[in-house]
Amino acid sequence: MSPEADKKNWVGKSLPRKEENRLLRGRGKFSDDIKLREMLYLRFIRSPYAHAKIVSIDVSGAEALPGVVCALTGTEVAQQTQPFIEIGPDPFAKIKDYPLAVSKVRYQGEPLAAVVAESPALADDAAELVQVDYDPLDPVVDAENALTNKSILHEEAGTNLVWNGIFEYGDVEEAFRDAAYVVKVDHLHFHRFSSTPLENNVVIAQWNPKDERIYYQCNNSFPSFAIQFLAAHLGVHIDRIRVETSDIGGSFGIKITSYPQMAVCALASRKAGGRPVKWVETRSEHITSSAHGNERTFRDTRVALDKNGVITAITSRHIDDCGAYPRYEPLGCVIWSQVFPGVYRFKNARIDFSQAVTNKCPVGPNRGYSRMQHLWFLERVVDICAYELDIPADEMRLRNYIRPDEFPYTTPNGCVYDSGDYPKMMQLAKDLIGWDDWKTKQVIARKEGRLIGIGIGTTLDSGTNNFGQSQIVNPFLPYSGNSQGANCKLDIYGEVVVAVGSCPQGQGHETTAAQVVADVLNIHPDLITVRTGFDTERNVHTGFSGTYASQFAVSGLSAVHGAAQKLKAEMKRLAAFALETNEDDLEFGTGAQGPETRAKSTGKSINYWGLANLVNANSAALPPELYELTLNCRYIWRAPFKVPDTKKKYGSLTLTYAAQLHMAVVEVDCDTYIPRILDYVAVDDCGTVINPPIVEGQVYGATAHGIGAALMENCVYDAVGNMLTSTFSDYIPITAVNMPNVKYGHIETPSPHSYSGAKGMGEGGAAPIHTISAALQDALFASGIVIDDSFNNADSLFRALTAKEISQADKLVKVEKRV
Amino acid sequence: MPEAVEKVTLQLTVNGKLHSLSVEPRVLLVELLREILDLTGTHVGCDTTYCGACTVLMNGAAVKSCTMFAVQAEGAEVLTVEGLEKDGELHPIQKAFGDSYGLQCGYCTPGLMISTLQLLSKNRKPNEKEMRKAIAGNTCRCTGYQNIFKAIQLAAKNMNGA
Ligand code: FES
Ligand code: FES
Repeated sequence: MSPEADKKNWVGKSLPRKEENRLLRGRGKFSDDIKLREMLYLRFIRSPYAHAKIVSIDVSGAEALPGVVCALTGTEVAQQTQPFIEIGPDPFAKIKDYPLAVSKVRYQGEPLAAVVAESPALADDAAELVQVDYDPLDPVVDAENALTNKSILHEEAGTNLVWNGIFEYGDVEEAFRDAAYVVKVDHLHFHRFSSTPLENNVVIAQWNPKDERIYYQCNNSFPSFAIQFLAAHLGVHIDRIRVETSDIGGSFGIKITSYPQMAVCALASRKAGGRPVKWVETRSEHITSSAHGNERTFRDTRVALDKNGVITAITSRHIDDCGAYPRYEPLGCVIWSQVFPGVYRFKNARIDFSQAVTNKCPVGPNRGYSRMQHLWFLERVVDICAYELDIPADEMRLRNYIRPDEFPYTTPNGCVYDSGDYPKMMQLAKDLIGWDDWKTKQVIARKEGRLIGIGIGTTLDSGTNNFGQSQIVNPFLPYSGNSQGANCKLDIYGEVVVAVGSCPQGQGHETTAAQVVADVLNIHPDLITVRTGFDTERNVHTGFSGTYASQFAVSGLSAVHGAAQKLKAEMKRLAAFALETNEDDLEFGTGAQGPETRAKSTGKSINYWGLANLVNANSAALPPELYELTLNCRYIWRAPFKVPDTKKKYGSLTLTYAAQLHMAVVEVDCDTYIPRILDYVAVDDCGTVINPPIVEGQVYGATAHGIGAALMENCVYDAVGNMLTSTFSDYIPITAVNMPNVKYGHIETPSPHSYSGAKGMGEGGAAPIHTISAALQDALFASGIVIDDSFNNADSLFRALTAKEISQADKLVKVEKRV
Repeated sequence: MPEAVEKVTLQLTVNGKLHSLSVEPRVLLVELLREILDLTGTHVGCDTTYCGACTVLMNGAAVKSCTMFAVQAEGAEVLTVEGLEKDGELHPIQKAFGDSYGLQCGYCTPGLMISTLQLLSKNRKPNEKEMRKAIAGNTCRCTGYQNIFKAIQLAAKNMNGA
């Protein structure tokens, strides 16, 4: 039977979110809201040094405190566990990463011991009684310095270079030989920041020695990845680890890498005789030691252009800083290449990509992971070339964009951009911001001595990744493709219940999943229950299940759609039997007795309770040929990927390419140097939209993260590795008074690669960072400034604008004219 | 070395209900609400009085309950998110946040709604600047504030019966 087309009653509609009822009433269930009988509380003891030998740890004082149950040190952990799996190849595959530091600490805030007590306050008191002697070592806080290997972080590797690879496509030499212009940019730098979800990490673990099972209630956002790491590390059967999540207060990728803390909580629980152990991270712990986004430096960039300013080739050297332990890395060393040419048509390029460890907090997949750094680099390159060649920034982009008629577009490295229309997005953005008007105002303002700039940022949010790209960093890795699971069932009384392998943190998955199922069954979404959160014991997950990499609308909803269709097919077989008709005669809808299946010919119907009853409770009435029906349908959706050519670093790395085009008008105050946003537009294209306000909301959210990162949010370390921005009062997440009003626009270029035409979205490609850099560039180019850093605040602009030596632009950029 | 701490007695009203308790003096108001009274709708997001996830109304004023000792609430009337609804009916502010998609993960929402309540009970028609200022102490990491602004305006409109 071929599945009939869905009704289109609900997909595409602005359905209010199902999640709201509990969240608005203060009845959400976040991990820290959970209290278990006999629960204990864990505190970490953390290093004040960025790099030091641990001479001794004395936990006896803490253990002697009444109410303290046990303490745990790195040495003990190392005796009881295997080091975590390393994703990268040798020599970094040899490093020993334990969740508590064993013989040395490698970043400020690294945990090296833990205490467990009857109350959080007692655990705090006990932590202060742990005595540690350190022997400080030379800290390395800069990735390029790290590559000199003067001070080695991981002796087992013998180098600080985690990974290096050359990504070369086309004929670079020829392009440079034929170039009309060659623009050289000495360096660019993308700063470290973190999306810092409002809810910190929380882990509750119970390792019951009696049944040898570990039960987690936590807010990890990629649990199926976490259990793969934990099972190998703790030496337990993966099925013995249960992970359950409920409401999660944001993650943005940061909560993917909480598995080390999960390991410690489990070991502590076992040591405490199986009592549950809870760890609630403080904000300072979160900022110093959970995960940051990747910092990246771009060196010796050369750009070849023809006489019209069309870019023909780029060569560059990129150095990525992954902090003290690779953990999820070196995946970031290849993930950026999902958007290798950005939105541009150039065919020839060579990028020499390296990643180094430094004595800073390990990085994790932060919203826009690894692609935003590269997209920012490309947008800077395009703008710098535009200004140097005196081509307007909008015109420069139009000359270089991939054209609407070129989709599906195969990039030089074999990725297939599914659909898009960048010029149309630009026009819409111009209309929304009033481009011509601002251009006129800018001229007048300049005459008054005001520094106003208008910037454009075009960017991509590649979603549903091909894990085969991991084999580009390490050919021995056993991962490829992508998949997601979902389950759709009729329960005993006929309720429709959906479970998804995703792990939502505010994206409204319960709502959009219900919309999809509602269309398959032609019933109201209110009649569909979508389970909250993730649970390994629902048995719907695959090895890739979680919420990350902008993909739910594709992988998650395709799985839900498949499961719903499978259920519907079973219901049809049952109904045909019950109504004594054939399947083609059946229609789905809602009748006097609730949701039902009807025979068109006779008008007879059977409701969902009747169908469920036949399978679950009245099975003697069922003929043997229908015994195989379960009304409990698990479906695994698989993305149609091949393993990339790992030698050539060539292949399809992501399924969908949502695009963002932002415009900003920014003024730098001539007295205070404070950059202020005067106008802001965000235009989004994520293909067919499932629920418009949910998409719009995520665009706003990603915009706020980007604006915050561009102007306010920076993880600052001093020369010896002290983290200087370890609280919200120093890190300063963007607030309601800093956030401009955003004018939102969208176009839809449906993806041919997903069943609904939707593209994954949510990460947003960090468009505001590119856009604000571009606007500042526009404001300051005449003053001899080239924006070379992704972070710009009053302080850095003051320094740039008051520097007395030769213009910074002259040092940074060189143009060779050959025409 | 911490010594056994003597507990202090405390009386306060939370969401209309009178509580008589004895707590350690170091217990914060937010800990009292969450851990002792099990009102877990009030959240904690930072340790420097920045984020406002912990905002509750105390004697009509929005306060950050992470930065107060419970004993400072002696005799006070405290309102938390759980006290906003009446007989299962959402408060107009709750409704407006829902209708405007003013939340995503919902972690910040209780605090934001309490700050909104304080604003609208003093100023029935706040202008944009007043509105932004009123929630300057409430961080939201998900929404970019746009739909929260819409929610506050909608709540103001509905509460004015317009
Ligand atoms: S938890 Fe109270 S202000 Fe952040
Ligand atoms: S909705 Fe997530 S922090 Fe505001």
